[in-house]
Amino acid sequence: MLKKTTSNSTKAKTPKAETLKKKSSAKKAASKIVELESNLERKTIIMQGNEAVAYGALDAGVNFFAGYPITPSTEVAEILSAELPKRGGVFIQMEDEIASICAIVGASLAGAKSLTATSGPGFSLMQEGIGFAKITETPCVVVNVQRMGPSTGMPTSPAQGDIMQSRWGSHGDSPAIVLYPDSVKESYELTIRAVNLAEKYRTCVILLMDEVIGHMRESVRLPDMANVRVINRIKPTVPPHWYKHYDENQKYLSPLASFGEGYRFHVTGLTHDAHGFPTNKAGEAGEMMDRLRKKITYNIRDLVQIESHQMDDAKIAIFAAGITARSAKAAIAMARHEGIKVGLLRPLTIWPFPDDAVRKMLRDVDTVIVPELNQGQLIHEIRRLTKDKSESDVLSIRKVNGDLITPNEILRKIKEVI
Amino acid sequence: MANIPQKIVHQYLRHDKKFPHVWCAGCSNGIILGAIIRAIASMELNRDDIVMVSGIGCSSRMPVYIDLNTMHTLHGRAIAFATGIKMHKPNMKVIVVTGDGDCTAIGGNHLIHAARRNLDLSVILVNNNIYGMTGGQCSPTTPHGAIATTAPYGSIEPDFDICKLAIGAGASFVARTTAFHVTEMQNYIQASMEHPGFSLIEVISACPVIYGRLNKKGGAPQMMKEFRDNSIPQTAVDKLPPEQVEGKIIRGILRREIQPEYSAAYADLIKGVQESAGGEQ
Amino acid sequence: MKMEKSYEIRLSGSGGQGLILGGIILARAAVLDNHKVTQTQSYGPESRGGYSRADVIISDRDIFFPEATNFNCLLALTQEACDKYLFDLRDTGILIIDTTFVKNLALAADNTYELPFTEIAQSELGSAISTNVLSVAFLTKITGIVSDASLAASIALSVKPSFVDLNIKAMKLGFKLAENYGR
Repeated sequence: MLKKTTSNSTKAKTPKAETLKKKSSAKKAASKIVELESNLERKTIIMQGNEAVAYGALDAGVNFFAGYPITPSTEVAEILSAELPKRGGVFIQMEDEIASICAIVGASLAGAKSLTATSGPGFSLMQEGIGFAKITETPCVVVNVQRMGPSTGMPTSPAQGDIMQSRWGSHGDSPAIVLYPDSVKESYELTIRAVNLAEKYRTCVILLMDEVIGHMRESVRLPDMANVRVINRIKPTVPPHWYKHYDENQKYLSPLASFGEGYRFHVTGLTHDAHGFPTNKAGEAGEMMDRLRKKITYNIRDLVQIESHQMDDAKIAIFAAGITARSAKAAIAMARHEGIKVGLLRPLTIWPFPDDAVRKMLRDVDTVIVPELNQGQLIHEIRRLTKDKSESDVLSIRKVNGDLITPNEILRKIKEVI
Repeated sequence: MANIPQKIVHQYLRHDKKFPHVWCAGCSNGIILGAIIRAIASMELNRDDIVMVSGIGCSSRMPVYIDLNTMHTLHGRAIAFATGIKMHKPNMKVIVVTGDGDCTAIGGNHLIHAARRNLDLSVILVNNNIYGMTGGQCSPTTPHGAIATTAPYGSIEPDFDICKLAIGAGASFVARTTAFHVTEMQNYIQASMEHPGFSLIEVISACPVIYGRLNKKGGAPQMMKEFRDNSIPQTAVDKLPPEQVEGKIIRGILRREIQPEYSAAYADLIKGVQESAGGEQ
Repeated sequence: MKMEKSYEIRLSGSGGQGLILGGIILARAAVLDNHKVTQTQSYGPESRGGYSRADVIISDRDIFFPEATNFNCLLALTQEACDKYLFDLRDTGILIIDTTFVKNLALAADNTYELPFTEIAQSELGSAISTNVLSVAFLTKITGIVSDASLAASIALSVKPSFVDLNIKAMKLGFKLAENYGR
């Protein structure tokens, strides 16, 4: 009886209430969250996924945020509206999501590290601007806390329906870097990584979040700032008349000047030459498209991150991202308890897709199960890489009703296989 | 106004880049580009500190030709991009070149909200009453009854009064002129860049090849003559009987007021927040 | 307390009853006790009314699945919430209901605690606003899942400064109700 353990519960070690009270009463900030965490303590605290994104952005050096309120991402904007001015940065609530993506691209070209946060409907509106950031090779980060769709859908319910949109959502044809955390702590880490990769690869990096992780609170200990690695864009060292805005001689990672630094470059959403001026020549157009592709494909090892969980002896593998990977881990624990050899491969980078790791997984196991909160998206990538396996060896668990896939549902599928 | 020799214009062009330009013969865009350059030159601004941002359309091709920090963006979104630049680097002069369709149809939301915030941008809105680049479709400023390729029986929509729209939305400097009134245009552009707040100059411009042909306006000279003969200064409006004002283009600075400017207000906010945070430590 | 397995709690009721804040307070208290914690929630668009629930899982191991599926403890502040979630309470689980709103029990749980929390908050504390803290304090005392001191510290960290005193009062009342329960 738990009731009886009451008297054994630990007595007060240190009356923290006293000092904490003093701190909180000194504050007059409007938001409660801000009062709590503005002097972010690097000890174990409880933190929400969206908070972790906001503090990850700040620790990565983001100094410009433009956004528009939308559930379930709004906390990111609320926190940054309070925190950015303290650090001399800019927060602006724009008139819509289209304006938000445009403003962060403009600010980035003026030298800012910029980020916005949104959800499904807003992410759809941002697609044209994301394409502009990609063709102009302008660093910026879009956080998409996914909610159930299509359309307005269920704003407070989780879904993983934007996996393909994050890859192919903008018209035309361009590669994408998309990261996908599975915990509050990883939301912090991957936000920093998203900003770093945006700066390094000069592109719009997308952080895909699950509604559950955005809103979930978890015990987390953030690293000391000394242990946070921050990457800043490379600045040109050549005199202005030698500067090429897209320098093809620099392994596709070319320096980036900012407006106001004397370089007076031109940026256009039109297909352009290496200087940035519009072109209709097939040769120059092809070079530009090659460049966009190669800067991703040539650096795939730097970009792809995966977690391999209990895969060493696994006969069955689960391939899942974000919150669904956590359901999988719980299912694996239950299955292993019954002696079933099952493991998890989890992409932290979903685009570019971790082809090599997936090929290895397909070689090593008999069956792959792909649970996802959509009508089947990741599974197409697995099937793309399936050459010598019959289709029945790659199984799907799909769920789109606003609920999570539970560990039991995955366990049932595992047991169907054996 | 300082007397700027014609040669000055050439010093500001990117000769080695993408000339010849895309504009048709008789188009007003070159005249407007010249007026912008002369305004910048007469203000003796450092061109490294000026950004020109445009959207999509004929006039929005302007930035590629001028040797400033330049940005040719998405249809309708120039003001939104410019907002990001200005807010991160408030000391830069940010000029937006946009058209009637770009700024008041697809970009209307950004126009009214930048005006409301009174962010210090100089928006030069080239109004040729039509979508020229896509071949002559009707725009929010196509006059009632005028012909466009998507209004083959004549437009049945009322047209926007852009200056009234901007004033209503809170723009603190609003002016209108025509491509014929080149010196006036240059002066207004200079005044808008000196004005600390959101400014919009509507330049009524001639599109003889598309709008002019569809609506039998004659060639560029006839359209220029119409701008000369069919426009009156705002200062004269009160002195004229209403029938002589009806249907005329009203030129002039229609609003000029000093109002709190957004980037300055944000700088004050930062200062206040940092000071109160400092006081707590 | 040292935990062998995860301890799953669901706080349920309707929007405006402060359940998510109750969940945050409970979760933060568990962190202060050096446990691993997840806290999730589900709610409708209504700030007032509709449905609302907050799940807290407390463990000394990594918590994979963050939603409560098989509760060790269920707090139900409305009839709808009680009806909806009662069947997911494990056999040995603890049920705590607010009899102000919960009038019927679909099945009898072994460990059921019934108190009119909302009425008590109204009469003893002058407002129903502290029903969440009152009932969460009751819950922590009954379950022993977090220490008294950590709960107090968590409240001080989680509510607006001007509401700390009221909520500490509510907490103490909750403790007292638990200690006197059944007498």
